[in-house]
Amino acid sequence: MTETERQRHLDTAELVDESAGNAAVTADLPPDDPVRAGGETRSQWRDVWRQFRSHRGAMVALVLFVLVLLFVSIGPWLWTIDPTYVDIRARNSGFVAAHPLGTDQLGRDMLARLMAGGRVSIAVGMTAMLIAIFLGSMIGVMSGYFRRLDAPLMRITELFLALPLLPLLLLMVTLFREPLSQNFGPATGIFILIVSAIGATSWMQSARIVRGDVLGLKEREFILAAKSIGTPPRRMILRHILPNVLSPIMVAATLGIATAIITESALSFLGLGFPPDFPTWGRLLYDAVDQMVLYPSRVILPGIFISLTVLCVNYIGDGLRDAMDPRIRGR
Amino acid sequence: MLNFTIRRLLLAIPTLLFISLVIFLLLEASPGDPLADVPLTVPPEVKEKMREALGLGQAWYIRYVLWLKQFFWVEPVYWFDQAFGTDFSAGAQRIISFQSRSPVFDIIAQRLPQTLVVVGMSYVVGVMIAIPIGIVSAYKQYSWFDQLGTFVSMVGFSMPTFFTGVVLIIVFGVKLQWFPSVYDTTLVVRDWNSFLAQVRQMVMPVTVLALYNAAQISRFMRASMLDNLGQDYVRTARAKGLGERKVVLKHVLRNSLIPVVTVIALGLPAVFGGAIITEQVFKVNGLGQLLITAINGNDIPMVLTLTFIFAILIVMFTLIADILYGVLDPRIRYD
Repeated sequence: MTETERQRHLDTAELVDESAGNAAVTADLPPDDPVRAGGETRSQWRDVWRQFRSHRGAMVALVLFVLVLLFVSIGPWLWTIDPTYVDIRARNSGFVAAHPLGTDQLGRDMLARLMAGGRVSIAVGMTAMLIAIFLGSMIGVMSGYFRRLDAPLMRITELFLALPLLPLLLLMVTLFREPLSQNFGPATGIFILIVSAIGATSWMQSARIVRGDVLGLKEREFILAAKSIGTPPRRMILRHILPNVLSPIMVAATLGIATAIITESALSFLGLGFPPDFPTWGRLLYDAVDQMVLYPSRVILPGIFISLTVLCVNYIGDGLRDAMDPRIRGR
Repeated sequence: MLNFTIRRLLLAIPTLLFISLVIFLLLEASPGDPLADVPLTVPPEVKEKMREALGLGQAWYIRYVLWLKQFFWVEPVYWFDQAFGTDFSAGAQRIISFQSRSPVFDIIAQRLPQTLVVVGMSYVVGVMIAIPIGIVSAYKQYSWFDQLGTFVSMVGFSMPTFFTGVVLIIVFGVKLQWFPSVYDTTLVVRDWNSFLAQVRQMVMPVTVLALYNAAQISRFMRASMLDNLGQDYVRTARAKGLGERKVVLKHVLRNSLIPVVTVIALGLPAVFGGAIITEQVFKVNGLGQLLITAINGNDIPMVLTLTFIFAILIVMFTLIADILYGVLDPRIRYD
């Protein structure tokens, strides 16, 4: 047996050992050559998807979430009433054919308002999540990869974790809404403000998770190999580190959408969110609280939409976490 | 352990100073004017005098140091005087609210009981619900109870507290008329009837917050129990013939409570933050409501002091959680 042959043999044995993991000894070992097993090509993402599909709650949640997304994105094309159109004669109407979900105290159509509000709420959630994840993974990778940056960056993370977030958010929104709405117009100004405020205050968890993973990854052989052929740090991070910490980042991102949506609606509920003629789900709920005794449906509908969306996103995050965990996957 | 505690306490000082500076500068950068509500007929020179009377005339760093002195020196000395009848703090200026012109800490002392009663009660109730649920759903993993518990806790922390609160008010306050929908803080518990009234008005806010807390803590409890149930020492305990009840409630439970206790300690300050919303829903005039009125009224000393107190709570409870972890788990050594 030549040297290379023996090495290959050893490698395969190692691979088998690894993929068997702590599965029971009696369980079938995976095939020696996992890449071409069963004649079909297997990629990591296909495996993740297969595992994800077996999580029933997450699948139902995914379907519901897509439905909610369709409702807010395609809905306004089908239901063309302007959400800000005031029809004072039709105010406070119940569930009738012209207004399937009724109207509010100014006669604005609730269905159209729910669609428009959902657009804003989900857009806020997604954008804030993107900002938080970008900040979080950048800081996490930086502090995990460069030893010199580790201590100062982690100090900053701890400082941010010690900040009382909700009071600070309230403060930021109240203080800066005027100048920003003057510069960018009321809607865009508040959007920028809320999104950046939420993003800037929710990156810490993902930064810590990513840092931990990067620290573990740095000890692996392939990083040493890449380093020994002279890979510069930038390419090292983008090609070797980031793809390997993608799964915790994706889980954190999904859960981040949920928190961002809740935070935005909480701000709206405290009267510190978007301006009144610019509906979001939280704002709709807040506007309806005054008359909740007479018209409870107006409170409950936006509340259900918020809860349903957040619930779906949380379930999807749960399913993703299971699917991305190689210890669970393949079981 | 003592070394660790002292080191962490010393580290907490710069952290807190930095946080107070951040909050102070944020307030400083605000375009809001505490004198915005003063009528336009007041001449500018009078307005300038009023501004000086509020202490706004000096540069920001002087006011910041002054506030630090008031917070860390004048106030504790004042309480010391109150407690022992001395008068060291005579003539010293306490932190004064812009809105009510009375000392900030007096107002906080008035509001604190309401928040503590509601928030504290809900946290206790939440933990009491969460731990048994966590135990049972881990012990009977994938049973219908576990599935139901998982679903309910997912729903529990997906529903924002302002929505659950409003729904409870509609159902129990308006439709069924079981509980009052507005929290009456003037109620004094004197006899059985007023005690009943107090309990009835606390039911809904406590339920809302307790559900939210229980949802999160029961997830942690379940995960921690599952981790421990698979350990070798459990098999040993069973193998030597211990009863199932003893194995689960004595061996597994005690070990699984370690991380949960720290989670409970860590979550406590966040509950104060979350209570801001619940207090707003049920019109409880506690600390959260105080903060919101202060923010709306540009009451800088009040906002600064309150937010800083929240920050102190967070730093303290993080420290407590770390120490508890070391005390409860002898494998963890901080030295």
